[in-house]
Amino acid sequence: MSGTATNGRRVVVTGIGVVSPLAVGAELTWKRLIEGQSGVGRITHFDPSELPAQVAGQVPDGPTAEGGLTLSDWVPVKDQKKMDRFIHLGLAAAIQAVEDSGWKPEDEDDRCATGVMIGSGIGGLQTIYDGSLTVSSGKARRLSPFFIPSALINLISGHLSIRYGFKGPNHAVVTACATGVHAIGDASRLIQYGDADVMVAGGAEAAICSLGIAGFCSARALSTASNDDPTKASRPWDKDRDGFIMGEGAGVVVLEELEHAKRRGAKIYGEIGGYGMSGDAYHITAPAEGHDGAFRAMKAALRNSGGLTTADIDYVNAHGTSTMADDLELDAVERFFGDDAKRLAMSSTKSAIGHLLGAAGAVEAIFCLQAIRDGIVPPTLNLDNPARESVIDRVAHVAQKRKIDVALSNSFGFGGTNASIILKRFKD
Amino acid sequence: MSDIADKVKKIVVEHLGVDESKVTPDASFIDDLGADSLDTVELVMAFEEAFSVEIPEDAAEKIATVKDAIDYIEKQKAA
Repeated sequence: MSGTATNGRRVVVTGIGVVSPLAVGAELTWKRLIEGQSGVGRITHFDPSELPAQVAGQVPDGPTAEGGLTLSDWVPVKDQKKMDRFIHLGLAAAIQAVEDSGWKPEDEDDRCATGVMIGSGIGGLQTIYDGSLTVSSGKARRLSPFFIPSALINLISGHLSIRYGFKGPNHAVVTACATGVHAIGDASRLIQYGDADVMVAGGAEAAICSLGIAGFCSARALSTASNDDPTKASRPWDKDRDGFIMGEGAGVVVLEELEHAKRRGAKIYGEIGGYGMSGDAYHITAPAEGHDGAFRAMKAALRNSGGLTTADIDYVNAHGTSTMADDLELDAVERFFGDDAKRLAMSSTKSAIGHLLGAAGAVEAIFCLQAIRDGIVPPTLNLDNPARESVIDRVAHVAQKRKIDVALSNSFGFGGTNASIILKRFKD
Repeated sequence: MSDIADKVKKIVVEHLGVDESKVTPDASFIDDLGADSLDTVELVMAFEEAFSVEIPEDAAEKIATVKDAIDYIEKQKAA
C-alpha cells in the first residue's frame, strides 16, 4: 500500500484558494510569485509614521478579475460590518477553494461528512481595538452585538459552514505562525480517522493595524531598516536582514479522502504525504540553538509519510521569516537532510509576500502543490549575500525549473510550536 | 412622513441592507426585512444614538416593526 493514512484512508487536495499581498486568487498569486514580483509596500491601512516599522504586505484593492480585493464579490455588503477583516480574507480564500474543488454536498450525509478547520494566529485585532475605544469612551452600552462574533477566531469556520451547509466537524486552530500547517495537518487526520470525508482547511490573518504593528515592533520582531525601499525589506538568510515583514491574507485548501475524490472525478492537486509537530519548551519567541524543534517536526512528518526518506524530498518551503532565526532553521534542515541536502532546493516565499502569520503555512503549502504541478521552484528575493553558506540551493532572486515530486513546508510559531507538512505528487 | 419616520427608515435601510421600498410602517424587522436577533439589538442601538434617547431592554423587545420604532421614538421626543 502506498497510502500514508491510518485506516488506509489517503487524503488529497482537490481545491485551493489564496488571498495574498500579490493577488486575490491562487493562480495569479503564483504567477506573480514565480515572476519575482514583491507584494510588500508602505503601510496604507493606517498612518505608520509614528512606528519604527512602516512597510507590510497588504492585500491590494481592485477588481476581482485583476487580482484585487472587491469585498462585495465575497461577502454581502450587509454582513461585512459583522466580521473583522481576517474573516473577510478567510472567506474569500475559502470560497475560492470550495468553488475550485467543485464539491457540493447533495444530501444530509454529504453535508455531515464535510467539515471546516480554518484558523488564525491573532484574530480580530482591529475589531478589539475599536471595541475597546468604544468602551473606554464611556459607551460600553453602545458596543455592537457583533463585536464578539467579529473578533472570534473560529468564526471563519462558522460563517463558511452556514454559507454552504457543511455540518461536519467545525473547528479552528490557533497556534500563532504555525496555524496554517496545523490546520491542514489536523484536518487531514480528521479525514484519516473517519470524522469527515471532506475538510476545508487553512488560515487567515489581518493584523496590519496600529496595534498589531506596534506589538510586533515592541517585540523587536519587525524589519525597520527598509522603510524607504519596501520591496527590499524581506530578505531571508541575507546578511542584511533585520526582522520580518508583516503580511496579511489567507490560504485555504479542500482536503478530501482519495476514494471520495475519485468517485466524483475531482481534479487532484496532490496528496498529503506526512505531517509532524513538536514543541520547543524553550522560550516564548526565540527558537533554541540548532532549532531542535524544527528538526523534530520534520522527523515526525517523515515518520508519518508511509516510507518516504529525505532522499525523496525535492523542495523545502522554509519558514524563513527574514530574522536571525533563519539560520537556525537552516542548521536544522542541513542536519535533517544530511547528504541529501546537496540536491535540495529550499526557498522562502516570505521574501515576496511577507509573513502572513496564521495564514502563512496554508499559503505556503499551496505554493508547494503548485511547485509540484508546474515543476517550478519559487525564488527567495533579496538573497544578495547569504549570512552563511550552505550546500542547499536557496533559489536566490529567480525561480528555477526543477522536477518536484515531494515538497516539505515548515512553520514555527511563538510559544515554541513547530509543524512540518509533506505534499507529494498524486500517484494512484 | 415626519422627520423621525424618515430618519428611522434611513437607519433601517443602512443597517439591514434592504431596499427602501420594503421599509413600510408595518414591515417586521425579523419577518419581512431579514434581520436576526443580533441585528435588532444593533438597530435599537443605532436609534438610541441617532435620536439621543434611551430605549430600555423591555421596551426594545416590543419594537418589532418600523412603526413600533417610530411611535416609541416620537413618544419619547414629545415627553
